[in-house]
Amino acid sequence: MKLYELSITEAHGLLKAGEISSRELIRSVLERIQAVESRVGAYISVFEEEAMKEADKADQAIAAGRMGPLTGIPLSIKDVICIKGFPTTCGSKILNNFYPPYDATVADKIKGAGAVILGKVNMDEFAMGSSTENSAFKLTRNPWDLERIPGGSSGGSAASVSADMCLGSIGSDTGGSVRQPASFCGVVGLKPTYGRVSRFGLVAFASSLDQIGPLTKTVSDSAVMMNVISGYDPKDSTSVPEDVPDFTASLKDGLKGMIAGIPKEYNSPDGLDPDVYTAVQDAIRKLEDLGVRCVDVSLPHTEYAVAAYYVIAPSEASSNLARYDGVKYGYRDKSQDTLIRMYRNTKSKGFGSEVQRRIIIGTYALSAGYYDAYYGKASQVRTLIIEDFKKAFEQCDIILSPVAPTTACKIGENVNDPLTMYMMDVFTLSANLAGIPGISVPCGFSKNNLPIGLQIMGRHFNEEAILKAAYNYEQAAGYYERKPGL
Amino acid sequence: MKITKDEVIYVADLARLELSDESVDKFAEQIGEILDYIDKLNTVDTTGVAATSHAISLNNAFREDHVEVHLDRETALSNAPEKEDGAFVVPKVVG
Repeated sequence: MKLYELSITEAHGLLKAGEISSRELIRSVLERIQAVESRVGAYISVFEEEAMKEADKADQAIAAGRMGPLTGIPLSIKDVICIKGFPTTCGSKILNNFYPPYDATVADKIKGAGAVILGKVNMDEFAMGSSTENSAFKLTRNPWDLERIPGGSSGGSAASVSADMCLGSIGSDTGGSVRQPASFCGVVGLKPTYGRVSRFGLVAFASSLDQIGPLTKTVSDSAVMMNVISGYDPKDSTSVPEDVPDFTASLKDGLKGMIAGIPKEYNSPDGLDPDVYTAVQDAIRKLEDLGVRCVDVSLPHTEYAVAAYYVIAPSEASSNLARYDGVKYGYRDKSQDTLIRMYRNTKSKGFGSEVQRRIIIGTYALSAGYYDAYYGKASQVRTLIIEDFKKAFEQCDIILSPVAPTTACKIGENVNDPLTMYMMDVFTLSANLAGIPGISVPCGFSKNNLPIGLQIMGRHFNEEAILKAAYNYEQAAGYYERKPGL
Repeated sequence: MKITKDEVIYVADLARLELSDESVDKFAEQIGEILDYIDKLNTVDTTGVAATSHAISLNNAFREDHVEVHLDRETALSNAPEKEDGAFVVPKVVG
């Protein structure tokens, strides 16, 4: 086995036992990046020199008996998270040449745990998209089929984990942006409960929906990363002072007595790719074999979730993105001699078309005369969606569904059809509207060998339940052993 | 069409976006389709339903009024496209 193929948990064990050094591990992964990056296109920037220095520091720490949960482990970070002194682009020209003067809390935490940051990975501009095709810088390809999208918006994170170009990654999920690319690339992606992980230093897209989460090769690794990144942060007034359990402690407990809700709105063969339908049904049966009792539940407002989301998310985005004005940081158009013209040209040349489209939708929905009809109405429907989940969780501990209605589409297939692209988030964005945690775990392959993901959603702050269910399923199903043939 | 070209231009102006004629045409059509889809929300009865802005409701997040370490002026200006004498420089405001 090559070192770059290791999971975080495996590498941690080998580093601890002194069987490998962090230097060897980091070098192996950097060589892997060199070998496949031209085909996969996952990274926007690679910090080779700094990573080797950090590897040496990690080896010294291990030798001195100071080993954190991620000491010497190479990770990639979605380019939406600020790391002091390294460029953060958000996949946008408007943030070209922006060097954050501070660390995001998440960056601080993973550095504190000893991780080695390899570089920043590609994404849809400002995390707006489901295919990573909206990046201003490069195209990322799905390691399972280079003609296809990796999903998005954390497409660089998912592709880098799937192609063994890192041992794990940190992404962000506003409507499915961790779970959907994880599903398309055959890796594990977790969106924690809103407020579980600090958003300080995460460039804002839609502040009431954004949440940072890990993408990993296995469920155990997801639990390890969650232990590191979770917790209250006074710098994020929406982070929640809730106790953080050891997420790895309960993984191996069996599933006997656990009740899974199967929402009929998410599990009907209509509108689902038949391979996705079959794989998810098989996964549900496998979980039943493992002792889970399944009950039918209903989430009756599901069909309105996409509409509510595509009012709320663009509205929040239009407000958040107003700050990119060419004054304090980032790109400035210098062809104009008055302030207003400078703003207009900076924004129009700096933002790509999906971002402009969403700014216009959001500004429209919030503008005088339309606010009640759009933003007000969508916020009320959001309440109904939250109540649906509350009622469902009175009957069950977890909810099972597909992650996405299809497998990864071809590059360019939906790029001019925003509404079709938005529909890819139909099963994931309700969890963001409701603030509940959800995980994507590989549950099979389509006939043309593309990965399919099972989504497991849980109650607020009950990541333990979804991790435990995902772990038991993963071990029984064994799909994590398959790798793309790059 | 749900949104006219003039409305697209008006809203883009509110958001300080400069659109080409081609973009106005494209956005009017695409945003029109999206707004048609969003109209689905009007079929939901929301009488008496409270609006939700955050899924996890928190009371005000207060903290003690201590002075903390913040970015110094030079660092805060380090990414500025144009700066002078410790300040951000912008083109003329009245013109």
